[in-house]
Amino acid sequence: MPVKQPISPGRRRFRQPLWPYLFALPMVLWLLAVFGYPMVKVVQYSFQVVGGKTVRWVGLANYKFILRDPIFWKSLSNNAFLLLAVPILLALSLLFAILLFERIRGWRFYRAVVFLPYVLAPTAVGLAFGYMYQYNGVLNTLLRHLGVAGADWLGKASLVMPSVMSVIIWQQLGFGVVLFLARLMSVPAELYEAARIDGANWWQEHRHITIPQLRLAIEFFAVVEVITMLSWVFNYVYVMTAGGPGFASHVLEYYIYKNAFAFRAMGVASAVAVMLLAVTMVLVVFYFRLRNASQAAEE
Amino acid sequence: MSLKARGRALFIQLLMGLMSILSLYPLYFILVTSLKSQREYVYNLWAPPMHPTLANFVEVFLGSKMPKWFVNSLIITVVTVGVSTIVAAMGAYAIARGRFWGHRAVFNTMVGLLVVPPVILVVPMFILMVRVGLINTFSGVIFFYAGLLIPFSVYLLVNFFRTLPEEVFDAALIDGCSPLVMLWRIVMPLAAPALITLIVVNAVWVWNELFIALVFLQKEELRTLMAGLALFQGRYSTNQPLIMAGSLVGLLPALLLYLFGQRYFIRGLTAGSFR
Repeated sequence: MPVKQPISPGRRRFRQPLWPYLFALPMVLWLLAVFGYPMVKVVQYSFQVVGGKTVRWVGLANYKFILRDPIFWKSLSNNAFLLLAVPILLALSLLFAILLFERIRGWRFYRAVVFLPYVLAPTAVGLAFGYMYQYNGVLNTLLRHLGVAGADWLGKASLVMPSVMSVIIWQQLGFGVVLFLARLMSVPAELYEAARIDGANWWQEHRHITIPQLRLAIEFFAVVEVITMLSWVFNYVYVMTAGGPGFASHVLEYYIYKNAFAFRAMGVASAVAVMLLAVTMVLVVFYFRLRNASQAAEE
Repeated sequence: MSLKARGRALFIQLLMGLMSILSLYPLYFILVTSLKSQREYVYNLWAPPMHPTLANFVEVFLGSKMPKWFVNSLIITVVTVGVSTIVAAMGAYAIARGRFWGHRAVFNTMVGLLVVPPVILVVPMFILMVRVGLINTFSGVIFFYAGLLIPFSVYLLVNFFRTLPEEVFDAALIDGCSPLVMLWRIVMPLAAPALITLIVVNAVWVWNELFIALVFLQKEELRTLMAGLALFQGRYSTNQPLIMAGSLVGLLPALLLYLFGQRYFIRGLTAGSFR
């Protein structure tokens, strides 16, 4: 067997091949154009008034404007409200994943069914829910048959965000179920057998085995869903409510959309985008800190 | 089975049945509504149509711009996914096997970019596209979409390439394969399952995207299907069956992909989360 000759560090650098750089080049340039450039520019624009051909520096005026704009605060609080969907999603997906993991009759079918909404276009789904939630829609007809008074689910300011949230939960649930189920299947079976021999009941079994074993998956799902609630709900709002009634269902994305493309206030929209980016970054950094700290504690 | 266990199994089946109904009902609603006339929809919300009609689909296909939008979406989806897959595969291969100077930093950046929401990039990209004349062109949108897909694609492929056995590469090196031939002839076929997953997940993402499509393609004849549908609604807001017919057409490609390739979706999602 030929023995590999040790290569001196100097020689290795000399012999470092060129092809990896060439292969990586299109990817790096593309990312610089689509992520790097806009992330720098959005900060710059947030301090400017951007006109057709002119730009004017205005300092913090855009930020001052949004902080005084009640619609901005409404949007922010609506995104915050949607964060309530995250614990609901976590609990429901865990429950369904655990039940399916017991290999109940038809579990494959149920898995396919619960995941289906996740692949459907939010636009089309939003349109359908928009009709189902109409005052004369399917939901109120059903409630009337059951003897319950219906409500104007999307037309009433106090109900519109819970209604939008229900659609988001409906669509995101399958993601969590499939994620957790896949992870559960790789948990060593001995763990459960040992617990059963020790006489653990259903609740103890999952409290002490499933949840710790799934911790990384649970954290991952929570982070993904938090990001979804903050910056991936434009579709539903645009199609189902157009931000209304009034401003009751504005979210940050919709606020950015309105300012940038209806009012042509690119600077204002950029300032909101910068704040959204900052919030996302803080959450992600916080998450990685948390994760590293708990990993360090375990070791 | 004891009585208690049997009761429990029954309860779980009932729960799952309820969940299935809730999951599937909206799809059923879209389907049956699309087959009703506007008049029937008013008095028959629930049941399948008593007088089924294909008039809505005729209107969608012959009386609207939907066929044009469908083709637009198809072109944008195919080109975006094709281009981003090639760029990502080359980049991922360089990161996983090339070990070039800074490959670790590039990979870590990629993971960071996974969480950057596109809405943050939209305003500067829009201004840029206006200035370089790429607004209202497919090229501009494809360029943006393809870039957005790269971080996830590279992340998934790097993790997959790292699982390939070293011997495959050594053997090919001894045969004197150039890196490009190696990637194309040896690595890509081995990575076929990961690639199919990636292509399916990315294609559905592009097909379903709305915000960028609305803003970057504002001419009626350049609309994507989703943007067209969303605006369609404003114009025909009282004709629910017609809009449900349009929605069904928009849902169908992803639905068919899902029915025939469910495992690729499931693999794609779980692949993103673990190493």
